[in-house]
Amino acid sequence: MSPEGLEMDVVVDRGPFVLDVSVRIDAGEVVALLGPNGAGKSTLLGVLAGLIRPTAGRVALAGVTLDDVATGQHVPARGRRVGLVVQDYLLFGHMTVVENVAFGLRARGIPRRRARESAARTLERVGLGGLDGRKPRELSGGQAQRVALARALVVEPRLLLLDEPLAALDAGTRPAVRAELRRHLAGYSGCAIVVTHDPLEAMVLGDRLVVVEDGRVVQAGPPAEVARHPGTDYVARLVGLNLLQGTARGRTADVGAGTVIALAHEEHGPVHIAFSPSAVVLSPHRPDGSARNVWPGTVQDLETHGDLVRVTVSGALPVLADVTPLAIADLQLAPGMPVWASVKASEITAYPA
Amino acid sequence: MSRARTSAGPGADRRVPVVLLVPALVGLALLVVPMAGLAWRAPWGRFPELLTSDSVLTALRLSVTTATSATVLSVLCGVPLAWLLARGDFPGRALLRGLVTVPLVLPPVIGGVALLVAFGRQGVIGGWLDRTFGLSLPFTTGAVVLSQAFVAMPYLVIAVEGAFRGADRRYEDVAATLGASAWTVFRRITLPAVLPGVAAGAVLCWARALGEFGATITFAGSFPGTTRTLPLEAYVAIGAGDTDMAIVLSLMMIVVSVVILVGLRERWVNVR
Repeated sequence: MSPEGLEMDVVVDRGPFVLDVSVRIDAGEVVALLGPNGAGKSTLLGVLAGLIRPTAGRVALAGVTLDDVATGQHVPARGRRVGLVVQDYLLFGHMTVVENVAFGLRARGIPRRRARESAARTLERVGLGGLDGRKPRELSGGQAQRVALARALVVEPRLLLLDEPLAALDAGTRPAVRAELRRHLAGYSGCAIVVTHDPLEAMVLGDRLVVVEDGRVVQAGPPAEVARHPGTDYVARLVGLNLLQGTARGRTADVGAGTVIALAHEEHGPVHIAFSPSAVVLSPHRPDGSARNVWPGTVQDLETHGDLVRVTVSGALPVLADVTPLAIADLQLAPGMPVWASVKASEITAYPA
Repeated sequence: MSRARTSAGPGADRRVPVVLLVPALVGLALLVVPMAGLAWRAPWGRFPELLTSDSVLTALRLSVTTATSATVLSVLCGVPLAWLLARGDFPGRALLRGLVTVPLVLPPVIGGVALLVAFGRQGVIGGWLDRTFGLSLPFTTGAVVLSQAFVAMPYLVIAVEGAFRGADRRYEDVAATLGASAWTVFRRITLPAVLPGVAAGAVLCWARALGEFGATITFAGSFPGTTRTLPLEAYVAIGAGDTDMAIVLSLMMIVVSVVILVGLRERWVNVR
């Protein structure tokens, strides 16, 4: 933990919803914040931006205490040096592009001329030189996003908050804007948080993932680690894996509902068991042979997923299976049909819960 | 009418039911016939002569000046008041909002009486003004402006409050994170966003001020050149039996109202 970084330990009590999180971010580090809708991501950003007062706890950025409920300290949004870029950019419609970017400098009392020169340079840096005099409504989504980024960066924030910065872009322009955003974040020396729903975005942009569910951090770590070893159903779905919880005894694990899973290696105690939907085999009858790694369920839904069909199987152990369209035809799978799911032990990853 | 018949879609009877059409036409007649009657009875030949008569020109000048002053006063006080009602977080806000809109439904004469009681020479504020500055408001042009503002400002406040509520506050949040003070946020972000609402409210306020009669005649009286505005002039004309003059003045005011209301109807309805 460098003194330049962010330390956040806060509780926000909003009636039935309680956000209770601890987050540490080093200077220069980009954290991808993931979580389902209503998990508390926006509340978390609101606290960091100084727009929401925490009920308890403390926020410190670059050695400066921004919030400390115990001592009643609270630095308002305008004194925080926290930049905010949101999904729909919120560019000021009545100002030109360069006036938008110069806004933060003007608000800090920098004379108009110098503010505009500085804003123009920042626009140049994000590849928007020459668009200074445009109005926001004349920009494409990708350009608007870069203006919003330039507007936030020009005042040199110590913490940059990006709330689903790519969500409003169409699928065609997203990869290019994402790559560019990654470049800008790599060159940014402060802390950054990118809120996203998109696992790819999280992997590309984040040095570290933090997953929030029901107001709590449920998993944090390097993207590859989180993707391989999801800790909750939400993360598993996000990275496209099936996840079962069980208790391991050596080479087997009891996952409940009378089902025992054979493991490829030894584990003990509570474990997560992850496997890809493409490793799941569906059959209309209980397969012969091995009594392990087989459980019954009911076809709930069929959905095209690339070249394959993703079958949602409900039951005591719900599971996703990717099967070929040919297999669907052969098995005559349809919603409501009982099936047996099986997975080879070699396709399973088990890790302590 | 013809549109109601021809726009019938396939499979749907789009004709206006007679049960609705008849009362609708009666209502329309009730609103339009008196105005049409004015146009019918208007002394079109004497129109230019009457319109350019001294008394009309004096009243017109006074009306435009006072209505404009009342509008400026209403914008200066009404916009901050609307902001307070839309954004303020204090107990009794609902009550305050109700109080602000009372002049909309209060008979203007009652408003005039209230103003007289407050600002008259014996009044709570008027007495103090008189003793301290030797200022006497009743029966002055200032009283006309005050009467008009009393009656017209609520229109502006309602329109602008709606605009404030409709404005996306996240823009203000972003501006705050960029280092802007509350005043800078209001001036450079919020106000430009609600400007169309302020403009609509100001025009409506001006039109209402222009037509103000009851509060004015009670609190300001009817003195040519200082307090006798166009509606008062029309009233005086009727009293003096000069029907032609009353009709000309009435038509003038109707034209102004129609132009303003047709131009604003869409916005006014939306703001509500």
